[in-house]
Amino acid sequence: MTPEKTAPVKSAVDKKTAKQEVKKESIMKEKSISTLRFVGLTSAEPLVRLLSGEEIKKNGMQLIRQVIFPLASIFLFLLVWHTGATYLYNKDAAIRIEKARTEQGEEAALAMKECIESGQAGCQPNTLPSPVQVFQASGALWADHQAISAKKDAFKAKVASINEKRAEKGQAPIKYTGRPSFMDQIGTSLKTVAAGVFLAMLVAIPLGIIIGLSETLRNSFNWLIQILKPVSPVVWLLLVFMIVKTVITDPDIDKSFIISFISVGLCAMWATLINTSMGVSSVNKDYINVSKVLKLNVGQNIFKIILPASFPLIFTGLRITVSVAWMVLIAIELLAQSPGLGSFVWEEFQNGSSDSNAKIIVAMFVIGIIGFFLDRIMLAIQNLMTFTKA
Amino acid sequence: MALLELKNVSKSYGSGSSKAEVLSDINLSVNEGEFVAIVGFSGSGKTTLINMINGLQFPDKGEVLLHGKPITGPGEDRGVIFQNYSLLPWLTVYKNIQLAVDKVFPSMPAKEKDLHIRKYVEMVSLTPALDKLPSELSGGMRQRVSVARALSMNPEVLLMDEPLSALDALTRGTLQEEIVKIWSRDKKTAILITNDVDEGILMADRIIPLTPGPKATLGKEFKVDFARPRIVTEINQDPAYKRLRNDILEYLMEIGATRKQVTGQKYILPDLKPTMPGGGILSLFSGKKKKKKTLEIV
Repeated sequence: MTPEKTAPVKSAVDKKTAKQEVKKESIMKEKSISTLRFVGLTSAEPLVRLLSGEEIKKNGMQLIRQVIFPLASIFLFLLVWHTGATYLYNKDAAIRIEKARTEQGEEAALAMKECIESGQAGCQPNTLPSPVQVFQASGALWADHQAISAKKDAFKAKVASINEKRAEKGQAPIKYTGRPSFMDQIGTSLKTVAAGVFLAMLVAIPLGIIIGLSETLRNSFNWLIQILKPVSPVVWLLLVFMIVKTVITDPDIDKSFIISFISVGLCAMWATLINTSMGVSSVNKDYINVSKVLKLNVGQNIFKIILPASFPLIFTGLRITVSVAWMVLIAIELLAQSPGLGSFVWEEFQNGSSDSNAKIIVAMFVIGIIGFFLDRIMLAIQNLMTFTKA
Repeated sequence: MALLELKNVSKSYGSGSSKAEVLSDINLSVNEGEFVAIVGFSGSGKTTLINMINGLQFPDKGEVLLHGKPITGPGEDRGVIFQNYSLLPWLTVYKNIQLAVDKVFPSMPAKEKDLHIRKYVEMVSLTPALDKLPSELSGGMRQRVSVARALSMNPEVLLMDEPLSALDALTRGTLQEEIVKIWSRDKKTAILITNDVDEGILMADRIIPLTPGPKATLGKEFKVDFARPRIVTEINQDPAYKRLRNDILEYLMEIGATRKQVTGQKYILPDLKPTMPGGGILSLFSGKKKKKKTLEIV
């Protein structure tokens, strides 16, 4: 208050601009918080509030509860993992040494022990990798990705002029056919999932609406849905394989991609199908009465009343569909020999080099994190489409 | 000729032994421009009655005639204000009304349509809430949107199914006035279903009680010939108002008493004694002696 007394005019102006700034800041803060809430990252909210100096004690406690404790749990997880990995490493090492002793005698056992301690790749125990190894493997994968991209760019530059000529002649351009990097595999997997989910939407939503509208149809298809829903992804894959290999005979078409995305779609569409038919069949009777009183025709009734009313359930179904699609994708890629994270995991397992196991674990975390983000994206879309906001 | 006629209308639900006759032998004739209130007990089939007039349900026996022709389904000539607003929650106030206007006046130019919608929103004084969703409105505001929607269809008959029963007394009062104001300006025919005798007296020209179900039918009708506009505070002082109100209430009590006799079934209550405090789960942990004690009491 003292500066105000000494220079009242100036400080008043200062105060005004300061107030405006504070207001601007608080608007920005609220905006960022509502965005965070919207995508479901509520745990970051106290951090934003704390950074702006709002209710330090309360938000500090909340930060501890929502951020520090989860971090502690991650640390605990890493600790348990590390301990377990160390135990398994020692156990495998002991087995190897014992084996060498019984098969080749004391000298071989000593040599084996030395070899393991020296860290040579050939004689390392092949077991659960430790967190550190996994971290190193992720670094290695990233380096590998950069090396491959550099190669790709070089290749592109090299064939650029040739491709131009080929394009003039109407020929297909020459493409890079080298080994895909881990990042490329992720991209392929995401593409497959997107195609699968799109297929599921295309099939399940219209079918769900039709089934939902008629009780007769619902009753007649119910048994089929109930029987097919629990079928394993592997069986779907085989079924799709049987059909696709007969239908598509052109060898130039990438059959493995088609097979895998159709199987993913088939496995994942059930949640959407059931939710859509349930949503459509259980539209609030009041809305139906409105439609009747206004004498809406069939099309208007479906698009103006029934569909919007069942959007919340349809999008809940789609969210489940996306998470199921991502989950089955790995198994399907693995079996369909189609490129992607699934085949990456399988190849690493078959490969059996010293850091293969660590790479598999990296893939596991990447799969989990991508699945988490896909779910968050679907949650945001679901919130956007739900009209009954709290 | 009466605008709307119900002749010997009966309606029942279910079939066989579980068949329940809700309405029986209903005769009603409503003239053009008249405001009729039907007062009844809850569960007496009021909604069924109004649904048969708006064409959502059909009578088993008898007929419902509009302009002398039987009703075959819902129509634009009858605007309905539902008990629970029935607004579409994903549409704004404007769009909720637009849906009705689009349907009833398909050939109206867009500009005129816009003005038409705004006029009715203004009529229920909701212009500031034009682009709000129903979930952002209070109950009274939602019901006003519902009123605006029904009126925007410019119907001959306005059917109101307990439109104000879910509102608080103050909001109800203002909405009652508003509805009557709109009704008297546009000279519509109106049928109001209500369980509130005061509401009926304040709004209607005639009050017809519906006897309690099952087999509900219309009872003796009461004429309400107070001058309009009726103002609650003034009419409350009127001895004629008090008399009419008492007459209707007495009549309702009388027909309500017969209902009690019909459902004379006795409910035998089980002979329960309360357990003394300290007997709950806690006593299981606190030694055997205490537990025995509670058992004795029980």
